[in-house]
Amino acid sequence: MADFNYSVDADGVATISWDVPGKSMNVLSYAALEELNGHIDTVLADEAVKGAIITSGKKDFAGGMDLNVIAQMKEDAGDDPAKGLFDGIMQMHGVLRKIERAGMDVKTNKGGKPIVAALPGIALGIGLEIPLACHRIIAADNPKAKIGLPEILVGIFPGAGGTTRLVRKMGAMAAAPFLLEGKTVAPAKAKSAGLIDEVVAPEELQARAKEWVLNAKDADIVKPWDAKGYKMPGGAPYHPAGFQTYVGAAAMIHGKTAGVYPAAKALLSAAYEGAMVPFDDALRVECRWFVNVLMHPSSSAMIRSLFINKQALEKGAVRPKDVADQSVKKVGVLGAGMMGAGIALVSAMAGMEVVLIDQNQEAADRGKSYSETYLDKGIARKKATPEKKEAVLGAITATTDLEALKGADLIIEAVFEDVGVKAEMTKKVEAVVGEDCIFATNTSTLPITELAKASERPDGFIGIHFFSPVEKMMLVEIIKGKETGDRAVAKALDYVRQIRKTPIVVNDARFFYCNRCIIPYINEGIRMVGEGVSPALVEGAARLLGFPVGPLQLVDETSVELGVKIAKATKAAMGDAYPDGAVDDIIFWMADEGRMGRKANAGFYDYDAKGKRAGLWAGLGEKFAVADEQPDVTEVKHRLMMSQVLEAVRALEEGVLEDIREGDVGAILAWGFAPWSGGPFSWLDMLGAPYAAEVCDQLTEKFGPRFSTPALLREMAEEGEGFYERFDESADAA
Amino acid sequence: MTDAYIYDAVRSPRGKGKKDGTLHEVTAARLSAETLNELKRRNNLEGHVVEDVIWGNVTQVGEQGACLARSAVLYSDLDERIPGVSINRFCASGLEAVNMAANQVRGGAGDAYIAGGVESMSRVPMGSDGGAIAADPFLAAKTYFVPQGISADIIATEYGFSRDDCDAYAVESQKRAAAARAAGRFEKSVYTLRDQNGLAIMSEDEMIRETNMQTLGGLNPSFAMMGEQMPGFDAVALLKYPHLEKINHVHHAGNSSGIADGSAAVLIGNKEFGERHGIKPRARIKATSKVGTDPTIMLTGPVPATERVLAAAGMGIGDIDLFEVNEAFASVVLRFLQAFNADHDKVNVNGGAIAMGHPLGATGAMILGALLDEMERSDRETGLATLCIGSGMGAATILERV
Repeated sequence: MADFNYSVDADGVATISWDVPGKSMNVLSYAALEELNGHIDTVLADEAVKGAIITSGKKDFAGGMDLNVIAQMKEDAGDDPAKGLFDGIMQMHGVLRKIERAGMDVKTNKGGKPIVAALPGIALGIGLEIPLACHRIIAADNPKAKIGLPEILVGIFPGAGGTTRLVRKMGAMAAAPFLLEGKTVAPAKAKSAGLIDEVVAPEELQARAKEWVLNAKDADIVKPWDAKGYKMPGGAPYHPAGFQTYVGAAAMIHGKTAGVYPAAKALLSAAYEGAMVPFDDALRVECRWFVNVLMHPSSSAMIRSLFINKQALEKGAVRPKDVADQSVKKVGVLGAGMMGAGIALVSAMAGMEVVLIDQNQEAADRGKSYSETYLDKGIARKKATPEKKEAVLGAITATTDLEALKGADLIIEAVFEDVGVKAEMTKKVEAVVGEDCIFATNTSTLPITELAKASERPDGFIGIHFFSPVEKMMLVEIIKGKETGDRAVAKALDYVRQIRKTPIVVNDARFFYCNRCIIPYINEGIRMVGEGVSPALVEGAARLLGFPVGPLQLVDETSVELGVKIAKATKAAMGDAYPDGAVDDIIFWMADEGRMGRKANAGFYDYDAKGKRAGLWAGLGEKFAVADEQPDVTEVKHRLMMSQVLEAVRALEEGVLEDIREGDVGAILAWGFAPWSGGPFSWLDMLGAPYAAEVCDQLTEKFGPRFSTPALLREMAEEGEGFYERFDESADAA
Repeated sequence: MTDAYIYDAVRSPRGKGKKDGTLHEVTAARLSAETLNELKRRNNLEGHVVEDVIWGNVTQVGEQGACLARSAVLYSDLDERIPGVSINRFCASGLEAVNMAANQVRGGAGDAYIAGGVESMSRVPMGSDGGAIAADPFLAAKTYFVPQGISADIIATEYGFSRDDCDAYAVESQKRAAAARAAGRFEKSVYTLRDQNGLAIMSEDEMIRETNMQTLGGLNPSFAMMGEQMPGFDAVALLKYPHLEKINHVHHAGNSSGIADGSAAVLIGNKEFGERHGIKPRARIKATSKVGTDPTIMLTGPVPATERVLAAAGMGIGDIDLFEVNEAFASVVLRFLQAFNADHDKVNVNGGAIAMGHPLGATGAMILGALLDEMERSDRETGLATLCIGSGMGAATILERV
């Protein structure tokens, strides 16, 4: 079966219609590229054909490249993957360049056949790079269609000529949002930005494309960069204006990517070097940098975690297979505090009927008003419509009456973190709802198995742990208690799919997976301050690791109060084995000083009257003096990294985590774990188990057993094995 | 090894390097040629008397392009058999020219050289020659490139110099320069620049000004905007210096070197050269050095360059009687004083580039001449000149009177 359909009409206009069989969205495969190449050859060779339209048989044009193509190119090249990628990508350039030159005479630019791209809807990645090689891009006026080059978001860059063509078409400055930020826009905006040439009514798309082909003159199909006297918009790098652009862009990208994301830097190099040579040379330059990024371990790790595995988890990779669809129709949310209000909002947004319960009506109403405020803001920013607001608010019933929960198929409890309070709610609610209703708790600290004891139906009892703020955080951590059954897991997963977030499923243990890793990270940062490491160095090291916020800022954001609470509870539970006394010395003192964090406008940082961070608090240094001798930043980085990564490994060893993919994706989405690394396990793989174990040994000797090498890692070090080698099969089978 | 001596050193007055500067009307070739002519006049340099003219010049485009050194020789009254070579070691170009000349003499490649340099910053703007280190994304990232002003601010932050420290240093530089000019201490080197009709255009430095802490305190930091906002060079600096919380932007127009036009030349030769021409050596060039440093903080080169030149000379810091440390930015000199615990009374005693300006390609030769003049005036035996250099380098020279 072909991916492209080819036909020629009575007027000699060929239509190459992209329509990948059995898929709702076109993606480019290796074989399809060859197919397209063949059709272009036919168009150019057939004297009866005057020109061609490249379009789609689906409602959208294309969603991008099948990322497996890249893996295939690498694999086919055997022991020289860079060569395989280079040759493969140059071949792609050849096809696109053939479209662009369309048989024109090299010198006179005459005699070519017009080829137009007609885009009915979405055109992303290669789905825009092919049109960019055509002589004109006409899009249907479809406000929902996204057009752009989002490659940078998964750690690569537009490498099929998109970078070179866009810079030459728009200039480096204008192209920057599309290339460096992966901005996608609707057709009308794409037209005004100069990304595409024309927008027409959807029903006129094909006719207009044909009209253009039939009327195109020789000069209409010559790209500016193939015509004489081409000058780059905004100036080439050593043009006075261009120079400022490139100097500024180089610094900005370096600063923003903290030096850890290779793609943006490589993209910029491709643009810079390409801007100074003829077009065909520029494509080769782009290809060299693209290969450089594809060969970088960070790009494969990012693609694997942020694209392939994230999508797999969203599509139910770990969902029990035999359970029928558990889509939620009516959800009851217990507790209308910040978490409950957020849960109600995202559930109603997903079209569910929501009952939001609190002890008194005022609290319940306040919880519902959270949705109203959110949607008002959305309307102001044109992200939502008054109709949507009406529908969402109409779906939420704020009440104190538990009877309203009747008919609910999922309960999410988000009341005060107290076993007794929760048990009472569980009992009361179970008395109202049906036997089929699944009961979920949003606890972040209490064991699920313990809470399930209050339930009549512990197999229908589960943890659904949201992160704050609910509407922004993309991860949901699902926790199975000892007796949690498959249907409860399927219910939770189907619910998370409905609210369009990414789930991970873990087993019950203290702090589950995410908080288990975050807490030691924060503690390690605080501990270092106590040892006399300069707070600026602690935060700076986190910055170098590509963490969005350093550990001390993270404490301020989540509040010192919460830290104290968790510390006290953990200490009570662990008794003499409690290892974090040195940390408590600092946070308990901070709490005594009233420095509770951002909420108090005073924490590890000072804040100005508007609540803006104004720098590290000098008082910290007065109490915990900064030592004259400061450690090497690499040691600080290793401590910050290992403190969380080793917890992830232990979670895997203990079976809390069942799948490393969940460990990696969850870490990035839940607490911004160095996204460039692909997650804790990917990072360890980059380091290599032998070196990682060596680092652990050194840290253990210097700082204690919290860094001791887990047996699993030790074993892998001895066998020279990586996590993704060892666990890939089991992950696939899961 | 043959000894290399300085026979003479001359310089033009330094003009403000802007459109309203006195030297703005004078071409770079002419400004160079007038200095070469002055040296020729004072030392009777007839015929093919020197091996080469080594000419420091940073922005080698436009009228400073196409080997300005050779153009300058041909523009001047020097014999056309004398060639010329333009060299660029950024701010130390003038000193590097001297060092290269001295080392060629020491190595036996000819008896004598003219070394020096020129920069007409008002006519050929700094940075107008482009440069990959700033614009090439790969190189800029590899070197954590930030502009020099940011680097100077990193020095201040890293080594703890406050805005007041820098301003106080600047006030002192102005005071010293004004006093030195009033006392005629520059007259030995500075010649009156004349036009083609013999009319005087300029005879004294024009940038020295009276200032005080209050005036300087009113100036806005020059590099805060590019550091903190667009395009955000501080973020790059903090990646290289992760232990710093933020960069303290202390430098401004008043405590940084002034943009200037000017030219300077030094006559260097072996003993026989002087004997043959009946001129007396004024000092021996005892040792030279150049060194690369971290390109991000960029301007700390004077410290390792000094350590290196001292080692080459077999001397200690205490053996040096007088220092010239180029005042590119106040923090550069403050760092030098701090690193060697040096006495400010021995350093830049007649002011420096903060007061008089910094014509990039010429300054190295100018401060060496200033050092020599002051060694003679105050009867000191040894002197050391050093400069910080763009892209992270340093250069130094030790002189010894004979």
